[in-house]
Amino acid sequence: MSNTKNWPLWEVFIRSRNGLNHKHVGSLHASDSEMALENARDVYTRRQEGISIWVVESKNISASDPKINEDMFDPAADKVYRHPTFYDLPDELKHM
Amino acid sequence: MNSKKNYILHLADNGLILAQRLGEWCGHGPVLEQDIALTNIALDVLGQARYFYQYAAEVDGKGKDEDYYAYFRDEREFKNFLLLEQPNGDWANTIMRQFFYDNFMQLVYTKLMSSNDEQIAAIASKAIKEVNYHLKFSSEWVIRMGDGTEESHQRVQEAANNLWEYTGEFFVPAPYETEMVSQGIATDSASLKNDWQNRVNEIFAEATLQVPQANWFQSGGKIGIHTEYLGIILTDLQYLQRAYPGNTW
Amino acid sequence: MTTIDLEDQFMKRVAADEKIEPKDWMPEKYRKTLIRQIAQHAHSEVVGMLPEANYISRAPSLRRKAALLAKIQDEGGHGLYLYCAAETLGVERDTLIEELHSGKAKYSSIFNYPTLSWADMGAIGWLVDGAAILNQVPLCKCSYGPYARAMVRVCKEESFHQRQGYEILLTLCNGSAEQKQMAQDSLNRWWWPSLMMFGPSDVDSTNSEYSMKTKIKRFSNDELRQKFVDATKPQADILGIKIPDSDLKYNEQTSHWEFGEINWDEFHNVVKGNGVCNKIRLKERQQAWDNGKWVRDAATAYAEKREQRKNESKQVA
Repeated sequence: MSNTKNWPLWEVFIRSRNGLNHKHVGSLHASDSEMALENARDVYTRRQEGISIWVVESKNISASDPKINEDMFDPAADKVYRHPTFYDLPDELKHM
Repeated sequence: MNSKKNYILHLADNGLILAQRLGEWCGHGPVLEQDIALTNIALDVLGQARYFYQYAAEVDGKGKDEDYYAYFRDEREFKNFLLLEQPNGDWANTIMRQFFYDNFMQLVYTKLMSSNDEQIAAIASKAIKEVNYHLKFSSEWVIRMGDGTEESHQRVQEAANNLWEYTGEFFVPAPYETEMVSQGIATDSASLKNDWQNRVNEIFAEATLQVPQANWFQSGGKIGIHTEYLGIILTDLQYLQRAYPGNTW
Repeated sequence: MTTIDLEDQFMKRVAADEKIEPKDWMPEKYRKTLIRQIAQHAHSEVVGMLPEANYISRAPSLRRKAALLAKIQDEGGHGLYLYCAAETLGVERDTLIEELHSGKAKYSSIFNYPTLSWADMGAIGWLVDGAAILNQVPLCKCSYGPYARAMVRVCKEESFHQRQGYEILLTLCNGSAEQKQMAQDSLNRWWWPSLMMFGPSDVDSTNSEYSMKTKIKRFSNDELRQKFVDATKPQADILGIKIPDSDLKYNEQTSHWEFGEINWDEFHNVVKGNGVCNKIRLKERQQAWDNGKWVRDAATAYAEKREQRKNESKQVA
């Protein structure tokens, strides 16, 4: 029943200037995506914080489970060969 | 010079009186997000009013500041539209008042951007961006309410019916306005009527609302003959300046 | 892992100043304490709009009117950020609002005092926001991520609030005798309630210990109160108005201003609902919410209809 429903929650992402990523800044409630964009403009860009806004309904975000964080992220820890400092090169080679 | 001052004051008074009404909503909106949105509109129109008062002061040449025109003129000197002094009522009434006004001002500011008066053109160029956004906001809400629930439909239809009689004044130029039109400073408001009406028709159709058909319109606001609401608004607005004259705040 | 292990791990993380994020395991007590505190904070912002809204229409200059509107609007924004932070803990904003209206949830007692003159807009900015800032700055480092992030945003915006309040009073104090009296009268009325804003004395504070331990809170009520008095006294001197406390004196040894006994009886009564504005404030909030119901429902209904039409047209295509 629409009578008892809250407006859904939206996550707001703002690009503060061109060249930068959109960054999560917070959330808000709105009845549809159009209103969510306007509410985001009114709530999160009152002090010129942004030049572009994304909104996505919170329920559409899938998040990883922190309970399996070790399985998810620890295996990357010993792959040192992915980093440039892993490789021994002579000092004469200035920039590489 | 007097006509020019009066025309600028008319534009300024519109902003101030509407801001005064919208300010009453602050802290009382239907949901926080919309409370904040409406206050943004209040701040925009208050800002427009201030630009116009500052310019009126310059044109007047008596060395007064913006506050003098807001705080030390009486009811009969205020030139705002009757529409804007009408009480907020419910959200439907407030939004409908806003929609009628935004719709009109968007047309006015568009024309004023090419006014012969550079200062007015400059203020209009800044205000048009704000009004474009306001019009989007108020139009969307008219549609949402019209095509929302049975209750919202009824409320917003009633608001339209009640406020309709205050919209005719938009298109009847005051004497100072006519003079400004002849100098290429103001725009002929009568010529905006079709565009205004077309947009009402369009938005109302989408909102499944009936466009009111009444053709008797109130007038007088532009020449300082108001409804009884304005006096109360000014009593409130001007109280401190009048009670303690000559002070800085 | 058993709950005891999890709890142990949680406490270690908190002790190491790691942030806790919404999906992380947390003790039920931590979650409840946070919801209570964040909601109370959010309610305070929203109810706190009302005493100042009382003077929007009467602001004595257009510049002041714009600043006041923007300031009150910010408070609405702060309420919004905080409600959203609370929502990450699995509670809906509407539920929290209902708890406010039913009297189950509390908000800062300071807003149950009336605003009686323009100078009160100054005093609220200077004292009430000043006290709030002292409370809020340490919260930017609070252990719960979403709360800490909301507070960073709040504190950034808050910085203009205290300045606009102080400037109002400064102008009054540099003005006519009547204006200066207005400022003094306002300080007289708002001083003690501002001290009460930091909550009961540490020895009587029931929730403090757990909040300190889990780093939701980082300074005790009395520590913050002392900071406030120390910061505010010289500011009152610049204004040239007198703090209404005959016991106020500087202690050379501790480098702190010592102050008189707070009327805790009054504090507890206002918290309980006996302040002069408790009923009006709640009623006003309740009315705004109730009057907004059909508006919120209309938007929901419209969004549903539109979604449905979109789907129907997709099917046809």
